[in-house]
Amino acid sequence: MNCIIIDDEVTARAIIGQLCSKVENLNVIEEFPNAIQAIKYLNQHTVDLIFLDIHMPDFTGFDFIETLKNPPKIILTTSDSNFAIQAFEYDCILDYLVKPIAPERFQKALQKATDKQNSSVDSYDSSKKTERTSADDLYINIDRRLIKIDIPSIYLIEAKGDYIHVKTENKNYMVHSTLKKIEDKLPDHLFLKIHRSYIINIKKIIDIEDNSVLIKRDVIPVSRSNRPQLMKLLNLL
Amino acid sequence: METPNLSYIYNMSGGDTAFEKKIINIIKMEFPLEKEEYLKNFKAKNFKLTADNVHKLKHKISILGLDKSYEIASAFENDLLKGNTSLNQEFKSILINITNYLQQL
Repeated sequence: MNCIIIDDEVTARAIIGQLCSKVENLNVIEEFPNAIQAIKYLNQHTVDLIFLDIHMPDFTGFDFIETLKNPPKIILTTSDSNFAIQAFEYDCILDYLVKPIAPERFQKALQKATDKQNSSVDSYDSSKKTERTSADDLYINIDRRLIKIDIPSIYLIEAKGDYIHVKTENKNYMVHSTLKKIEDKLPDHLFLKIHRSYIINIKKIIDIEDNSVLIKRDVIPVSRSNRPQLMKLLNLL
Repeated sequence: METPNLSYIYNMSGGDTAFEKKIINIIKMEFPLEKEEYLKNFKAKNFKLTADNVHKLKHKISILGLDKSYEIASAFENDLLKGNTSLNQEFKSILINITNYLQQL
């Protein structure tokens, strides 16, 4: 498996290089101090795996991923645990390592990469985003019209008397229904009722502070009884 | 004040003394440059860049086993993004602590 390391810190690159040197069949073919140089390289070469720092000046790790048409497998390396949720947005990201990287944790991340390689599911990743099933859709009744909503695009549902306000990436809808009814239709791993009046898509959380969640531009209260369940669903370090 | 140590480096080197020497030399080379950059940006009151510098220094703080200092650095990084510099003296003490330690290595 060929890999590259992208990190603006010499120390970080040396440590990741050392960890890689202990893994059989893993070759570090290049190291880059910034994303721009790596993009130029990747325009002419293919690699199986990238160790990618998120926090780099000018061009972040996420900016870098957005430039790749067919990103290879990526393991994020960072001193911040705050980006873990954002990392879930990308199918190509296998793991998220917080610096300083423990050797045992590194091995675990590498195992994921090896498993992916061996099972030849690379193509699955690229098609995953476009492959759609009916389970991704929800039909809502508005003025006797059934309107299809893409479930993962919903980021917030708010109870408003006899109605619910469904907010999606593209549009908002006022639907005559209850939180309980819609909650039953949503996947548990993605949606959580965090307050008697709110259901949120946990993948869309920006940050959590005390007893509130910032999701898009909405600050949503988290009730004391729902907070433990929310924390359980997060990939906390 | 916590004492820096090389436990992490020894743990990850797996007894590879050449690597231990190499990484210590890299830290000794990179740390003063990052510290200098931090001081320069702080003096210029460019707190966004200063936060970036603190972020980078944070990694070395953690490599040297300074857990409490790491927490302070993380808080300082976040504060700087909001223009709050109240942790500057504490952070500078951490840098002095590391500078003194690296000089002994």
